[in-house]
Amino acid sequence: MSTLVLRTTAHLLIALLLLFSLFMLLRGHDLPGGGFIGALLATGAFTVYMLAFDPAEVLRITRGGHYHRLIGTGLATAAASAVLPMVVGRPLFTGLWIELQLSGKAEPLHLGTPLLFDLGVYLTVLGAALTLLMELEEDT
Amino acid sequence: MIAALLISFAVALAAPWIARRRAGRGAWLLVLLPAALAVYFAALVPTVAQGTAALAVRTWAPAMGVTLALRCDGLSLFFALLITVMGALVVAYSIRYLADTGQRGRFFAYLLLFMSAMLGLVLADDLFALYVFWELTSITSFLLIGFDNAQEKARSAARQSLLVTSSCGLVMLAGFILLSIAAGGTFRISEITERAGEVRAHGLYAPALVLIAIGAFAKSAQFPFHFWLPNAMSAPTPVSAYLHSATMVKAGIYLLARLTPALGGTAPWFALLASVGTLTMLIGAVLALRSTDLKRVLAYSTIAMLGMLTYLLGAGTERSIAAAMVLLLAHALYKGALFLGAGAVDHEAGSRDVRQLGGLARCMPMTATAATLAAASMAGLPPLLGFAYKEMTYAASLELEMAPVLLTSAAVLSNALTVIAAGIVAVRPFWGSRMRDTVHEAPVAMWLPPALLAGAGLLLGLFPGPVTRLVIDPAIAAIVGQPAAAQVSTVPHWNIELLLSVVTIATGVLGYLCWDRLRTWLAMIDRASDYGPEHAYHAAVKALQRIAVMQTRALQHGYLRYYLLTVFATYLLLTAGAMLVHGVPAALPDALPSAALYEWLLLVLLVAAAIAAILTGSRLVAIMALAVLGFGIALLFLIYGAIDLAMTQFLVETLIIVILLQVMRRLPPIGPPTRHTGRPRVHALALSIAFGLLVTVLLIAVIQQPFDDSISDYYARASVPEGHGRNVVNVILVDFRGLDTMGEISVIATAALGAWALLRARAGGTR
Repeated sequence: MSTLVLRTTAHLLIALLLLFSLFMLLRGHDLPGGGFIGALLATGAFTVYMLAFDPAEVLRITRGGHYHRLIGTGLATAAASAVLPMVVGRPLFTGLWIELQLSGKAEPLHLGTPLLFDLGVYLTVLGAALTLLMELEEDT
Repeated sequence: MIAALLISFAVALAAPWIARRRAGRGAWLLVLLPAALAVYFAALVPTVAQGTAALAVRTWAPAMGVTLALRCDGLSLFFALLITVMGALVVAYSIRYLADTGQRGRFFAYLLLFMSAMLGLVLADDLFALYVFWELTSITSFLLIGFDNAQEKARSAARQSLLVTSSCGLVMLAGFILLSIAAGGTFRISEITERAGEVRAHGLYAPALVLIAIGAFAKSAQFPFHFWLPNAMSAPTPVSAYLHSATMVKAGIYLLARLTPALGGTAPWFALLASVGTLTMLIGAVLALRSTDLKRVLAYSTIAMLGMLTYLLGAGTERSIAAAMVLLLAHALYKGALFLGAGAVDHEAGSRDVRQLGGLARCMPMTATAATLAAASMAGLPPLLGFAYKEMTYAASLELEMAPVLLTSAAVLSNALTVIAAGIVAVRPFWGSRMRDTVHEAPVAMWLPPALLAGAGLLLGLFPGPVTRLVIDPAIAAIVGQPAAAQVSTVPHWNIELLLSVVTIATGVLGYLCWDRLRTWLAMIDRASDYGPEHAYHAAVKALQRIAVMQTRALQHGYLRYYLLTVFATYLLLTAGAMLVHGVPAALPDALPSAALYEWLLLVLLVAAAIAAILTGSRLVAIMALAVLGFGIALLFLIYGAIDLAMTQFLVETLIIVILLQVMRRLPPIGPPTRHTGRPRVHALALSIAFGLLVTVLLIAVIQQPFDDSISDYYARASVPEGHGRNVVNVILVDFRGLDTMGEISVIATAALGAWALLRARAGGTR
């Protein structure tokens, strides 16, 4: 493996992959994509970083690697998005949507609790995959 | 009402934080919670006393008919007041009692959580809500009993209480479901009560009764489920006073009372409750005399009184139910006072053994007064409230249709033994010859609550009118179904009940004087308890552990190869067996399907990759071949138009390869294939070919069935208007079937955390 090539392109790839993963998350509702796919792409970004540089580098950029916090945050976000409708009196897991009219666009922007749920899925899967990936690297 | 309950839970969860404020003085703020709740419920007294119940309903899952319904009628209000007032006193007492132990915040959190759960239990009108709160009280009781978790005794006692009450709770849940079926499908207790007639006539009446009774008996420590309660005395004394005498163990009694309109009044009801209750009250009263530990004596006498309550509820006449309510109140007051007093003695004198205590009245006057008053109520001396209960019980027993003499004699005997127990607990430690010096009186926070409780017993005995009218009568009315007017009085009248009371007290006093000799006789019973229910419990737990070890050793041997073999072989046997019996539902297709050239090439590539993975000797090549297989399948998805699926498959495959390569770096090399012996390979080959054939046949069968597209049609149509999204797959995952996805990410999280724990443990790090 030509590590010089990988190292040079790694920075670019990672930025692209991370942006692409967010893009996939946000567009999931209308076009192919979604939380799972976005999370796996983000994991891919970190994988490239790990292969190009040291795993210790990855630990450094994730500030200690407390991936279990990501998992917890993800689950909490998903649960919150499910419970939020109850605060306004609807049953559990009802989708609440608001529409924002953006200037210059014909169609309004839909924002809702399923998107929050998808974000929760994203964070959980990202945390889980990173845990599995990074922990195996620990003691070599 | 729902808001009050939620606030209670919230404060309970915040209790550790509150208790730490201002160097621990913040704990006094926690007394405000039960006190405020007591005031809230006291405000409901006027309306409830007139017969209208306060109702608060929140729909939860309307499609299944499950609602969060709270209903406060006379019975619930009675219990709610009991729970909150005792809660306030116990919290105040505990602040001082636990002053020198750490983790007080945790204790108060558990205690207040228990109180909130108990309140939910007595207020619940929906059977499922009641069950949830029931189990919550079991769990918080478990946490509180095992609070001193460094002690093995406390841990095993906690485990025992949880196993016994929860497993019987499951049985009770089955009974609830049967009950709701018998009542026509409703889960609301108020509706079930209205349909009492058809419930009692239903074929499922008897099973429902027995199952629910088992749950109630376990919670209220009836024979044969009584053995967990004396062991629960390992808990801190405030816990014993609150949970295991005044509130939690009364939950079973509450349930029986609550379901009396629906289930009661029949011969099976009477037979079951009266027999179990009588047996319990005799056994409890006898066993109380065997122990010399203050708390165990009190525990066994609690069991006896719970048996008495069960028997009275079983009798079912208005007078017996009135007696039950009075006993409930009197028992909570005197038992609570005695337990708290015992705790004060333990705190100051350092011992709970009656043989080592004596003459403490001189050093602890306030505690002694409280304990003596409470014991007088327990023995049933006028003018305390306990006397009223005794008279009412005898009156009710004598007017029973079935076996009045037998049951009355049992009641007399049990009460006489209780008098002895009262003597053991109050007279022996406080009066008599002095055995210890330099014992101080307990601090105010520790003698005031028992004094208040005992004083209430005296006050209510002298002036029973207001409480009877406002609290006890509505409770009786809620059970019996019509307005009631109980005659509660502690003034002795010349009648047969008085005679029986005199007999009781005289026997008791005699027995107390000969207690030491009695105890040596009773030691003979110890041998019998080796074959009793507690022995059965221990045997069952040991058997369970043995089976678990055996099964784990047989199935979890650690060889991944054999796990896979077992799984595939079982599946093959079951499915192929079913097909052999019922016939194969597939027909051979008559022509090869038409497919483009690139699809055929892809297929050839996949088969080649699979063969390469099997035949190669290098692990790296095998992994690469598997990668080709994975990506090829993803391409297939893409060709057939499942874009989300294809993307996920590509990404998952990439990650799997990376992880596999990481793992591979640590494994020893496979070596050439000739290293293995021929035998396992043949088995594996045969199994995999058979499995492949089976799956092929199944797939052909599935494809040849007519395709019902109503579900996919619905989702496709509803995706935009209801889901606000055009990607049907994502909308289904995140919106329509969001609950399933929630479960999936929980599983992923658990798997990752489990792997993390295992990898960390292996590395031996403590990061």
